[in-house]
Amino acid sequence: MTPITPREAAVTVRGLSKSFRGQPVHAGLDLDLRRGDILSVFGPNGCGKSTLINMMAGLLEADAGSVLFDGRTVREARIGYVFQNYREALLPWKRAADNIRYPLRLLRQPRAQVERRLQALVAAFDVRFDLNRYPYELSGGQQQLVSVMRALAVEPEVLFLDEPFSALDYETTLSLRELLGRVLKENRITAMLVSHDLEESIALSDRVLMLTRRPSRIVDDVPVPLAWPRDAATLSSPDFVAIKRRCLDVFTASVRARPEAA
Amino acid sequence: MRALVPPVLGALGFIAFWQAAVLLRVADPVLLPSPAETARDTWAALATGTLAHDLGRTVWRTLLSFAIASAIGVPLGVALGAQERLYRAVEFVVDFFRSTPASALFPLFLVLFGTGEATKIAVAAFGAALVILFNAAYGVMNARRTRVLAARVMGAGSARILVDVLVWEALPQILVGMRQGVSLALVIVVVAEMFIGSTDGLGQRVINAQMLFESGLMYGAIFVAGALGYVLNLLFLLMEKRFVHWSGK
Repeated sequence: MTPITPREAAVTVRGLSKSFRGQPVHAGLDLDLRRGDILSVFGPNGCGKSTLINMMAGLLEADAGSVLFDGRTVREARIGYVFQNYREALLPWKRAADNIRYPLRLLRQPRAQVERRLQALVAAFDVRFDLNRYPYELSGGQQQLVSVMRALAVEPEVLFLDEPFSALDYETTLSLRELLGRVLKENRITAMLVSHDLEESIALSDRVLMLTRRPSRIVDDVPVPLAWPRDAATLSSPDFVAIKRRCLDVFTASVRARPEAA
Repeated sequence: MRALVPPVLGALGFIAFWQAAVLLRVADPVLLPSPAETARDTWAALATGTLAHDLGRTVWRTLLSFAIASAIGVPLGVALGAQERLYRAVEFVVDFFRSTPASALFPLFLVLFGTGEATKIAVAAFGAALVILFNAAYGVMNARRTRVLAARVMGAGSARILVDVLVWEALPQILVGMRQGVSLALVIVVVAEMFIGSTDGLGQRVINAQMLFESGLMYGAIFVAGALGYVLNLLFLLMEKRFVHWSGK
């Protein structure tokens, strides 16, 4: 594992613990997220990936431990969060553009500044559809793109993505993944991705953390030194295949191992 | 246009059935006048008699009690729904009085509000308010959790979440409650007009016509009351479609 100096770390997690009905899911998890990196978390079903990301984003109270964003708590930091279920995460009574403006209005930014930010996002993501429509008038991929734009509107220090593409078809997933990877990298946005799709976890990250079954431990910290921008061709490159094999081996071993406390 | 054919046929069938019953002398003609006679009497009562005035009074009482019920039921329901534990504490009482026939409360309200106009309005408002409150509270409690979390992660506090998310999430259910509430208010107002010292209103007209054996007018007043209920319901359905455009999508 490559050590991360405190200066490089955007998020520092120490001793994070959480139990559900007496069953520990996380017991003293340590984790550093390097500034500008995309970190993905991968592991067997029920290993607490979403629990981890939700505790880090402040949506779920941890039993113990700390999550610090450059020394500040999540309440003091500016974060973005993209939910798996875009249908339930967007506000359907607001037009797509107003959904994106909403977090900026919460910050009481002046109108002109809000519009500038909206236009910048439209340009960055090369949006071609009409943002003056309501979310339900858009396709699934377009709705999730609106969710991503809403999460990025406030220029978050860290962007959290919880299974962002799992409700979309493969074609849409590929193009959205490519688009998101390009925008995140061009703007050096720090991000953390939870996915149950190994291919996605690797294709969209600089580093993959492999978790075991609960209580989850980090069994491997896999660097993904593939060049950006990445596209469909990346998925069949020898380097990608080699990384995927390493992750698969770790995954199979951790799934086969008997759960410790069950 | 084609969608109108079945209901029109249904209505014509009903009138034909009625006419057949009259021709077959199923009932005494004094008790069951023909459709044409009823229409004539109703029209005359609307044009020259007091039926239009009665209709106006009933509409006014219904809308006034509905407005009071909404002004109390919506904010209170939303506030209670946002505090689920508090709502659970009062739920039994709300449910109990919601299930109590409002007509059983007439004597109590007579004692409280006297025999005047206020009693009719108060009973109808009471019944409708509970229905609206119940629906508003459930609308808020059933709000999508993800939407609340999304607002919170964007930095919205409890008050903002209530205004920006919960009220909107509850809006479809609030409008359903208001539609049920206005129908209930009409029912209570018409019954109150019959039995709580009234001199006008559709309920009064129905019971008066019955006592005077003015059968044509009695049926006419019943149909006018029916049409009123139907139109109120339709108006609210149209409003739901218009204001809750995202519902079910």
